Amino acid sequence: MKFSDFVATDAIRSHVDAHTKEGVIREMAQSLVDAGSIAAGDLESIVKAIMKREDLGSTGIGRGVAVPHTKHPSVNRLVGTVAVSHDGVDFESLDGEPVQLFFLLVSPPDRPGDHLRALENISRQLRDEAFCRQLKSAKGPMDIQHLLEEADSHGVAS
Amino acid sequence: MNPVVTRENEALLIEIRDSMSEQVVSREVVVGMSQGLHARPADQLAREARKWQSRIELLSDSQRVDGKSILDVLTLAAEAGTRLVVEATGPDAREALEAIGSLFDRNFNEQERNDGQ
Repeated sequence: MKFSDFVATDAIRSHVDAHTKEGVIREMAQSLVDAGSIAAGDLESIVKAIMKREDLGSTGIGRGVAVPHTKHPSVNRLVGTVAVSHDGVDFESLDGEPVQLFFLLVSPPDRPGDHLRALENISRQLRDEAFCRQLKSAKGPMDIQHLLEEADSHGVAS
Repeated sequence: MNPVVTRENEALLIEIRDSMSEQVVSREVVVGMSQGLHARPADQLAREARKWQSRIELLSDSQRVDGKSILDVLTLAAEAGTRLVVEATGPDAREALEAIGSLFDRNFNEQERNDGQ
């Protein structure tokens, strides 16, 4: 699965303002509403579900990256977005480092395979330190979009 | 002239050889969780693997990944029913393998959830 299969390009944010875990999640979910990927009426319920998932264990997977996510019955396909925080946010990560790079995923409850393949793609690409660094220093959403496109064209589609 | 190997120093030589050689053990596991090996179990797996000195690797049909790296584990995209081989190499390989294997045997303590998680 490629980034272009699930990242809503209009929802990409290169500067999140929030400095808390919930704040970032809310800002990203709102960007998905603004991009038309999720309905405004589902915002609260999605944010709540993602926070509930975080309570089970942080999705901060190290290297300054977090993958907050949830399943939600309101979506019929996997939707996601990418955001960068220049200051970094305390996400109670595995390695204790603040998180600068976020991939937020909302997937339909009956499609665990798609969710796994999105996680696979994200983690495979993020093993490339240069890619991580470039995403974190992106100047605008277009930079991020181009980096994702470049990664898509280099990666093996699955 | 051949060195004389007595029973006593033979035992010592075996001990030295064992401590220097890397113990490699492996076993097959099956991903039993309906959601597959997703972020939470991958996190648990990496945390457990890091407790051990031994190198822990997971082998799928096409990949060999570092069990101590959550990013690596996630690249397996192992769905429910996937068979993997866990391989441990090092001084505490047996104990490490038992601990990792038991996570799979217990389905990572995951209960089926119907609450949107």
